[in-house]
Amino acid sequence: MGDRAQDPVARATGLSDAALAGDRRALARLLTAVENRTPVAEAALRRLYPLAGRAHLVGITGPPGAGKSTLVASLIAEVRRAGRSVAVIAVDPSSPITGGALLGDRVRMQAYAGDRDVFIRSMAARGHAGGLASTSGAAAAVLDAAGFDLILVETVGTGQSEVEVAATADTTVVLEAPEMGDEIQAIKAGLLEVADLVVVNKGDRPGAQRTASQLRAMLVATPPRNDAHDRPQPKRPDVLVTTASTGEGVPELLAALDAHRIGDRGGTTWSARVARAEAQVGAIIADRLRERLAAPGRSAATRDIYDAVARHELDPFAAADRLLAAMSEDGARPPGATG
Amino acid sequence: MTDRPIKVLIAKPGLDGHDRGAKVLARGLRDEGFEVVYTGLRQTPEMIATAASQEDVDVVGLSILSGAHMTLLPKVCRLLQDEGLGDVLVTAGGIIPDDDIPALREAGVAAVFGPGTTIAEVADFLRANARPRD
Repeated sequence: MGDRAQDPVARATGLSDAALAGDRRALARLLTAVENRTPVAEAALRRLYPLAGRAHLVGITGPPGAGKSTLVASLIAEVRRAGRSVAVIAVDPSSPITGGALLGDRVRMQAYAGDRDVFIRSMAARGHAGGLASTSGAAAAVLDAAGFDLILVETVGTGQSEVEVAATADTTVVLEAPEMGDEIQAIKAGLLEVADLVVVNKGDRPGAQRTASQLRAMLVATPPRNDAHDRPQPKRPDVLVTTASTGEGVPELLAALDAHRIGDRGGTTWSARVARAEAQVGAIIADRLRERLAAPGRSAATRDIYDAVARHELDPFAAADRLLAAMSEDGARPPGATG
Repeated sequence: MTDRPIKVLIAKPGLDGHDRGAKVLARGLRDEGFEVVYTGLRQTPEMIATAASQEDVDVVGLSILSGAHMTLLPKVCRLLQDEGLGDVLVTAGGIIPDDDIPALREAGVAAVFGPGTTIAEVADFLRANARPRD
């Protein structure tokens, strides 16, 4: 759109420099470019990625109504009391029917107008499953490069298995509400497994302490093996209780986040960071391949192959091999020579 | 992605507590395919401008029923200008006397939607007038 008027690299450089110098408008515009996956975003990310990696990325996930936004709001207050800066990416679902979205997380996060060290951005998931938008990780990298100490990534309300946030964040907090399930829920595979910290919110409700002790009992029930280094080890998250609406338990939560981060410096999460890099690069490869499949000059041939699969004349594996082979031939030619 | 949704901030400046209309509109615009950031009640002009800036919205929709529109709406427009958001489309809805509309237009409010306006009318106006800003 407006990007065409100016060379994307020049515009990316201008916006990035301004954002790095503290211009919050430029930062907001960069985030829009990232969300819209424009050429400006790609150029900006190439520039900003080497500057990122300093912030503490914390994912906050849990079922709808557990109190994620309210907890984020009280965490913002606690972080500001400690004199640190904080950015929030709050993701809400997009309509699968109209593509529209109602982004309501700001309702709980008021009153930071004029505080430059708080930056809140809502994002629509735009059809991406897994609890985040496909661009949430890139948006976090931009905020990281812009110098925020803490970045809170709040997912859409999740069910049992939207675990993607764990691949984006350094520390994953899974929020539960009291009386949401019994011990069997706590030992099912999925969301609770990716938790570095489990927080039972609405601590003023009856049953909160009981829910917390049930979770504690089940999540740490088995001692870790130390003779199985070649196998993935389950996490053993601490279980905290908060009342986000009053701030009760939130200082302890911030302390636990800090402790987890320091603990990670020991190297246990290097493999997690590599896994994150793998996921990021893999997603870009998939995007690029899809773009090339749909590129003018190729889309008709691609379409023919899909038609053949739909008619059961070609199996999907052979179709994929054929398309990949065609694209690697394209890759050997100069850009623009396709078709 | 060239066909990105238009992003709209729906906010209620000032102290009136009637947000049913704003919520219905937010929901209706969602169904029209807009990405709607809803900020809720009792927003100061500064909070609205900050939210519009951080969210990088294309449209700011202000719902006001308190009678303070002649004070608050021009202030929001001025702050948006100061934030470098002069190209954001500002619209208003609620209880606003016809006599006040010319002055609000002058201040930068592009349209005032009174009682009886349909969601479709608002959506069509926003699509026709919101400038894609990036």
